[in-house]
Amino acid sequence: MQTCLVVDDSAVIRKVARRILEPLAFTVTEAENGAVALEQCLRALPDGILLDWNMPVMDGYEFLRSLRKLPGGNKPQVIFCTTENDVAHIAKALHAGADEYIMKPFDKDILIAKLKEVGLLAG
Amino acid sequence: MIPAEFDYIAAFIKRRSGIVLAPDKTYLVESRLLPLAHQLGLAGIKAIVAGLRRGDATLQRLVVEAMTTNETLFFRDRLPFEQCERLILPQLIAACPPGGTIRIWCAACSSGQEPYSLAMLIEECGFAAQARFEIIGTDISQAMIARATDGLYTQFEAQRGLAVRRLLQWFAQEGTHWRIAPQLRQRVTFMPLNLLEDFSRLGHFDLIFCRNLLIYFDQPTRAALLDRLAAALTPGGFLVLGAAEAPDRLSDALARHRDEPSLIVRADNPISARPTRPLAGIED
Ligand SMILES: C[S@@+](CC[C@H](N)C(=O)[O-])C[C@H]1O[C@@H](n2cnc3c(N)ncnc32)[C@H](O)[C@@H]1O
Repeated sequence: MQTCLVVDDSAVIRKVARRILEPLAFTVTEAENGAVALEQCLRALPDGILLDWNMPVMDGYEFLRSLRKLPGGNKPQVIFCTTENDVAHIAKALHAGADEYIMKPFDKDILIAKLKEVGLLAG
Repeated sequence: MIPAEFDYIAAFIKRRSGIVLAPDKTYLVESRLLPLAHQLGLAGIKAIVAGLRRGDATLQRLVVEAMTTNETLFFRDRLPFEQCERLILPQLIAACPPGGTIRIWCAACSSGQEPYSLAMLIEECGFAAQARFEIIGTDISQAMIARATDGLYTQFEAQRGLAVRRLLQWFAQEGTHWRIAPQLRQRVTFMPLNLLEDFSRLGHFDLIFCRNLLIYFDQPTRAALLDRLAAALTPGGFLVLGAAEAPDRLSDALARHRDEPSLIVRADNPISARPTRPLAGIED
């Protein structure tokens, strides 16, 4: 079973993501900001991370840069998932080590397409 | 809508487009045609039927377009594009005479995602440097052809099927939309075309995509179209149908690819699973 960490300060978004991911046979864990997420990753690295950009305490961008410096930190496939939709943001996220990028609002189809894109789902 | 109106519309749509509307599709007809009636200032389905009966050509076209399903996405189903990259395009390039052009046709291209996906592949894999390509996209819907020509996609459409790196490479952001790069736009020629009508003037093609259209047709219409598509293939040409769309029994003109059963080739192609001549030294 694959694990996916959902990092978002909105409990609603985390719940929506969980509802999509669990039927796809992911074990889902949640974090409400980058610092909590990083702490979880120090304990165990997930297979995939759905990452929001704007969060208090530690934002998605800072989290990603720290994650990629951890031993094995390149392993998780990171999908940025955010309302920041301009090219500069997307390019910055990719530069920091994101594997994919979802612009909100998104739906189940798009999330599934992106999970396939990064190899977390077959097809 | 009364049954006689449904019957009239269903017969009209079948005659004009080949699309079969089963009797349980009343809701579909209503959900597609009531907004159209509203938009045209017509009182309802009854008024639409009256207009169709009168032979109002614009209305006829709009009704057909409204009844088409235009669902599509970039790199839909992935496999055909992977096959293009790995097998089809290298083979066509190898067989292409110097100065020749490899001709590709997306025969029901909707809003253009399919031909643009092929154009991306051709650029990304360096195929563009090895041969000349011509890509034609056609669809019965003029509205879809207009959208494809415009090459402007919503964020939703742009995200479906497109890896983010491709999106950045091949699209320019315009507000909440994404516009296809001129380099790809120029690679594809779009034109409206009803596949029930003669298309021999388009000439022959090395690769035909006709995906997710046959499912809307009945068996005789499907078989007739497959025959005519077969006639439009070059001897070494490939036909790509939608996933699981290929009929169990193909016409005599077509056969499955020996190694890739989802791909269709001409029956007289040596790579077909159905050799027309016994191989040398083999007798049965
Ligand atoms: C579901 S879309 C398929 C788009 C694309 N090939 C794909 O697989 O994603 C089917 C398209 O077929 C078009 N179509 C329906 N009847 C047609 C006909 N008789 N001639 C040409 N196109 C037709 C519709 O307008 C629609 O855009």
